[in-house]
Amino acid sequence: MKIAVCIRHVPTREWQPRVDDSGRALREQDASYEMNEPDAYALEEALRLREKHSGEVVVCTAGPSRAAQVLREALARGADRAIHVEDDRLVSISTDSFVVAGALADALRDERFDLLLTGLQSDDQGAAQTGVILAERLGLPHATIVMDVQVGDGALRVKRELEGGWFQWVALPLPALLTIQSGINQLRYATLKGIMAAKKKEIRKVTPASLAAPRLAIVTLDVPRKTKKTEIISGTPGDAATQLVRKLKEDARVLA
Amino acid sequence: MILVIAEQRQGTLHRASWEAVAAAHELAGEDAVEALVLGSRVSGAAAELSQAAVAAVHVVDHELLDPYTPDGYVEALMQAIGALKPTGVVLPHTYQARDFVPKLAARLDCPLIADCVGIVRGGKPAFRRQIFQGKLVAEVSPEGRFPYLVSIQIGAYRGDSAKRAAGAAPIKALNAVIDPSVIREKPEPPFREARQAVDLSQAERIVAVGRGIKGKEHIALAERLATVLGAQLAASRPICDNGWLPMERQIGSSGQTVAPKLYVALGISGAIQHVVGMKGARTIVAINKDPDAPIFDVADYGIIGDLFELVPAIISELEKA
Repeated sequence: MKIAVCIRHVPTREWQPRVDDSGRALREQDASYEMNEPDAYALEEALRLREKHSGEVVVCTAGPSRAAQVLREALARGADRAIHVEDDRLVSISTDSFVVAGALADALRDERFDLLLTGLQSDDQGAAQTGVILAERLGLPHATIVMDVQVGDGALRVKRELEGGWFQWVALPLPALLTIQSGINQLRYATLKGIMAAKKKEIRKVTPASLAAPRLAIVTLDVPRKTKKTEIISGTPGDAATQLVRKLKEDARVLA
Repeated sequence: MILVIAEQRQGTLHRASWEAVAAAHELAGEDAVEALVLGSRVSGAAAELSQAAVAAVHVVDHELLDPYTPDGYVEALMQAIGALKPTGVVLPHTYQARDFVPKLAARLDCPLIADCVGIVRGGKPAFRRQIFQGKLVAEVSPEGRFPYLVSIQIGAYRGDSAKRAAGAAPIKALNAVIDPSVIREKPEPPFREARQAVDLSQAERIVAVGRGIKGKEHIALAERLATVLGAQLAASRPICDNGWLPMERQIGSSGQTVAPKLYVALGISGAIQHVVGMKGARTIVAINKDPDAPIFDVADYGIIGDLFELVPAIISELEKA
């Protein structure tokens, strides 16, 4: 089975983004980057499927030259080869899902993968669109928020997470695209042997002939404003409890 | 015209559909709002929706739309949007919307602004959405073709404040032709893993615990508070990762999004991944020993102190009444 995993290169979760003077872009000079967490689960699922069904795992990212870091990381964890759709315009804040999905679709179409996986959303933009748009651009069926993957004869059976603790199995034919939910499996980390082996693996660079026009324009970026005025209740635990219950009944009116 | 695509499950309207109606009214201003519901045997959901202040409720009733599939929905909605020609389409950002709306946007080749928390009206509408795990708010405007598609974060608008009309809106049947062969996904019936699974999004009151509860043996204390409040018990992610409560009780970006009338956060620091799931609650009470905990930024009432002293005191106060 030939599996592609689309991975996004995102600033680390600890990074505090700062807006530049234009008000529409970020100062990223002090950012460090990592593999988008849901994509790491997608990669792990691909590696497990290869172990079970044999085949090849190809990782792909669309981003500037620095994004090659996540491909090397994925190769060290066990992916077989990588494709880097490289363009300096493919940076996190100014490219929307249509641009990224379009660039990935053009780079991956001729590879004729049996299965494409990606994380359900990115930790930076969080639009949860790239995978589904990519499926549509490649003419493939898809399933989102997947928590289990079973591969049968030319077909898949996947467990989708629904809201409120509900799940659902869905069968779909191959080739197909799945977006993977965090927590589907336990992640493996790169071993020293894996890191050494990755140095010999191929990262093929693809320069997109053109990029799709963005469908979204950033008007402003801002830090969230505190909208609520918090009433701090003090006193002994007994006093505080009495005051709280009275306020919930008389002011907030959420208790009878 | 702004078109709301409502969500229904087995003929019952998803309550986030009302939140989408509220957002659509704000977006439309003087412009007309119409609603659309699709599925099979959805007259009940359509009748409920017709109480909203909308010019019409369009119904696409087709047996191939039950159960839900992304292929079936996109096929029907391409025809409905082609017939109704809205300038904007508003949907609730549910798991189901996340599954089919990007596909619909790609097929239409129209912009999709997902998971919006606010609307900025002007010559050209713009929408606020949280990025970088809520650390920034971006105001974005759609570019290019109409209609633009907007999905609204659950809890960002109040469904009960959506304008209702004195008389019911007309319900209009809309025809869709769906070739069965376009539907590639074969869904099985939904199920719950745990026998006592709860849909926290429907809870009126929630007591949620975080790392401050310290150990599994203390969950019972929070459970007692939940019982006297008539509340559901929930948790932040670390509690569920530790197995102290089942995953299905997790609130936050990787769990459920809730908007109860009362939310009591016990020992929860208020990391954004949690806050995105509960900030829509009407009244938030935070109990935490750290005065700098970000949970106090979203709380209406805060008590800085030891939850192991405060919770028993609150329980006895409630039992007194």
